[in-house]
Amino acid sequence: MATHANVNLPLPVLPEGWSGEKDFKAIGSISAATQRSIEPVGPHFLAHARRARHKRTFSEDDRIQAQENAKKVEDDDSGEISEPEDPSMLLRDAKDWKQQDHYAVLGLSKYRYRATEDQIKRAHRKKVLKHHPDKRAAAGGTEDDSFFKCIQKATEVLLDPIKRRQFDSVDERADVEPPSKKAAKDGKYYKLWSATFKAEGRFSKVQPVPKFGDEKSTKEEVDAFYNFFYNFDSWRSFEYQDEDVPDDNENRDQKRHMERKNNNARKKKKTEDSARLRKLVDDAMAGDARIKQFRQEANASKNKKKLDKEQAERDAKEAKEKEKAKAEQDKKDAEEKAKIERESNKKNKEQAKAAVKKNRRVMKGSVKDANYFVEGEAPASAINAVLADVETIQGKIDADETAELADKLRDLKLAADIKKVWTAEAKRLVDASKIKASDIKTLA
Amino acid sequence: MSAEEAPAQGATPGERIAIGISFGNSNSSIAVTSFDDKAEVIANEDGDRQIPTIISYVDGEEYNGQQAKQQLIRNYKNTVAYFRDYLGQDFKSIDPTHSHFSAHPKEHDSTIAFTIQDKEEGEPSTVTVSEIATRHLRRLKQSASDYTGKQVNSAVITIPTNFSEKQKAALTKAAADAGLEVLQLIHEPIAALLAYDARPESKVADKNVVVADLGGTRSDVAVIASRGGIYTILATAHDYEYAGVQLDKVLQDHFAKDFIKWHGTDPREDQRSMAKLKLESEATKKALSIGTNANFSVESLAEGADYASTINRLRYETIARKVLDGFNRLIEGVVEKAGLDVLEIDEVILSGGTSHTPKIAKNFAAIFPESTTILAPSTTPTAINPSELQARGAALQASLIQEYETEDIDQSTHPAVTTVKHLTNAVGVLSITGDESKGIFTPILSAETAVPARRTIHINVPKEGGDVLVKIVEGGSHIKVTKEEPAETNGNKDDSDEDSDDEPEERREKIWKVGKVLAEASVKDTKKGGKVEVMINVAGDLAVTVTAREVGAKGGVRGTLSAP
Repeated sequence: MATHANVNLPLPVLPEGWSGEKDFKAIGSISAATQRSIEPVGPHFLAHARRARHKRTFSEDDRIQAQENAKKVEDDDSGEISEPEDPSMLLRDAKDWKQQDHYAVLGLSKYRYRATEDQIKRAHRKKVLKHHPDKRAAAGGTEDDSFFKCIQKATEVLLDPIKRRQFDSVDERADVEPPSKKAAKDGKYYKLWSATFKAEGRFSKVQPVPKFGDEKSTKEEVDAFYNFFYNFDSWRSFEYQDEDVPDDNENRDQKRHMERKNNNARKKKKTEDSARLRKLVDDAMAGDARIKQFRQEANASKNKKKLDKEQAERDAKEAKEKEKAKAEQDKKDAEEKAKIERESNKKNKEQAKAAVKKNRRVMKGSVKDANYFVEGEAPASAINAVLADVETIQGKIDADETAELADKLRDLKLAADIKKVWTAEAKRLVDASKIKASDIKTLA
Repeated sequence: MSAEEAPAQGATPGERIAIGISFGNSNSSIAVTSFDDKAEVIANEDGDRQIPTIISYVDGEEYNGQQAKQQLIRNYKNTVAYFRDYLGQDFKSIDPTHSHFSAHPKEHDSTIAFTIQDKEEGEPSTVTVSEIATRHLRRLKQSASDYTGKQVNSAVITIPTNFSEKQKAALTKAAADAGLEVLQLIHEPIAALLAYDARPESKVADKNVVVADLGGTRSDVAVIASRGGIYTILATAHDYEYAGVQLDKVLQDHFAKDFIKWHGTDPREDQRSMAKLKLESEATKKALSIGTNANFSVESLAEGADYASTINRLRYETIARKVLDGFNRLIEGVVEKAGLDVLEIDEVILSGGTSHTPKIAKNFAAIFPESTTILAPSTTPTAINPSELQARGAALQASLIQEYETEDIDQSTHPAVTTVKHLTNAVGVLSITGDESKGIFTPILSAETAVPARRTIHINVPKEGGDVLVKIVEGGSHIKVTKEEPAETNGNKDDSDEDSDDEPEERREKIWKVGKVLAEASVKDTKKGGKVEVMINVAGDLAVTVTAREVGAKGGVRGTLSAP
């Protein structure tokens, strides 16, 4: 229990010589108690049950409850509508309600288009309680109910969604002026423009409206923002600023004229508003450092592509040249090699030719040694016949065979042996059908 | 019992639409709490806030409340009245007197039933009292649902303190059948007390309260110790002899005799005449509670003769004296039963329809001392309508607990939580002097306080400040009876004896007698004109923690007494 009783009778003075440990002396304990049932009813029982079931002491429970209560109070406060009332506003006449700031009349100027219906209702009630003509009369004031009428009018407008929209359309007090270039310079650019566009976004038929963002916004976000505002779909309308259409039935033409005039005025204002917004977005974009940054980045990336291409081309060319040089070198090498080979071949051939010549000489020498296989002085015919046969054989055998045959013949001195070698050779050639047997006359 | 009512059982706390129901033998009422936690009794479709607990069938059509009450004249056989006390009882233990002029209760399968023609055609059917109660509660629920615009599905219902477990179960079942989840059954006197304590101007205090619930057919009185908003019933009394119908009867007899004088026939002998007489007597009684004169007029009371008369309040109070005195004895008896004296009663709450009678409140005011507040319409202008107290209390309780799970409610009302120790003696401090025989006892915790409990008081220090002694003692209250001795002091005893011949006025006062000393503590160096705060915290096991400190100062003395 937070309450406490007050007792006026004074406490006794501490007697002389009284002493106790820590100023306290326990003497007895409480008399035995009776068990009874308490009635499980009422808020205090609930508190008791809460303590008993959670095994809390009084102070613990107090603390926990206090915390819970504190939270509640905070929640309630947040919805509190309290604004000082402008004395000049209180003198307003309800007749010129079109000029009146309905939100200020209800004390909702800080909420404006964001005020919920519930807030408006509560604000209205609060104002009515304060400004009801009866209250004023009771407080000794006049029975002037003009401000009360203002309150009623404000509520009538704000609680009707159509009328509220019309009023919100022309509620310039909710606008946030676009920052001047100077103001936007010192690092406040994003904050100031954010506020402007947030206020501007209230007219959008499409909600939520993308945020202006800050220097950390990505390109997609920034693009989405500007696209949204360049294609802004606004519900803003200007009926509220219409001139009053005369309500009498007498002058129909006049009435129609007024209506037409109003319609034209609305259209004109709407067009002007669109233009205004477009200019606003243009201005914002012009000063937007992010756009510049993105452009630079885009340029940088384009250049990079070009350089890459050139590099690739250069590389290709280089590679080609290299290949070409290599091919030429190869060719050169091959030629050289061929030349060497040719030369060596020539030598070999010459050598072989020389060897063949020598061998042939050996062969001719051998038949000469054998005295052309005749006894005594060989007649010229015999010599010719033998040499013809030798030449026939020589013409039919290649260098190796010539060398072989020459080797066989070289050391032979006896005509019979020589003849034997020649006949064997001739026979071999006949057998190999390189020569005909008839071509060999003497050496067969 | 229909399909749409079935899911009402165990509705989650969020879906609950709870009301308070006072289900009386004669009248019922329903109350809801508005958004600012104010309980409000709702009128049914006839505009009645007190709905007679009567249900009647005419050509198969069901009537309840005031419309059914009118049927007691023509259609008494198909009209069931005064059935609340039959719930959950067997036939042997009920008193069917009050049903003599309506459908008669009959024994039926160990319960009680009525044979009524509740359908348009066919044989009369036998309807159990449980079913009757269900039908009545369903009508109440319907009225409440129509008023709130939401389907009501749970309720707190008030019951007399002497309701048995069986009766409670029968009532819970009847309510469940009517599609009402019974969040809690609370005692009628407690509901009445809660209705008063929930008023914003009432403070939480330690007080002894007598709740006199004077109804139509029974009177129940309870003495309740209210300690820091926790209620303990100390004693109860139930009386079936002194109640509203007895007051009606006095008027009936009075007018019947008058009628006999004029017409020679006794209207009490004829069923229909008697019913008319009863209804009109009740109306006259109610009129006399408001005005000092009332008319009594019945068309064709008996044998076609109209009857009209008037009666003033004084006359009524004179002829009803016997019954009114009965109430006095009842209330005096129960205070005695609680072991208390009338001086120790701080508040008397009159509840129930009969409490409107101004004489009853006036009598009670004479019984109790002037310091006792009598909360009745005729004595306290701010009193709540006694007929509405119980329903309001029930609605307040309903709004308190409807957020909780059924299991939570059951656990919190479990005897393990509700049965606690209560102090036998008051605990307080001695002021002026530390001498036990001379010091003046100031209670901090009253007797019959449920523990654990915590109380704080602020006590002045002596004028000059300095060190003070805080002596914690137990105290018992005594009633000191002194004989009035005008202009005398105890020095002159002879005179007073002589004076006593002409019946000396007794002066009774409540005094404290200092008992056991529990602890002493000292608060040093108090400032001039300062105050000492003493806080006593008694734990559930009777261990006591005493904290004494000067108001506004830091620290202080703290000590503990172990449990006995």
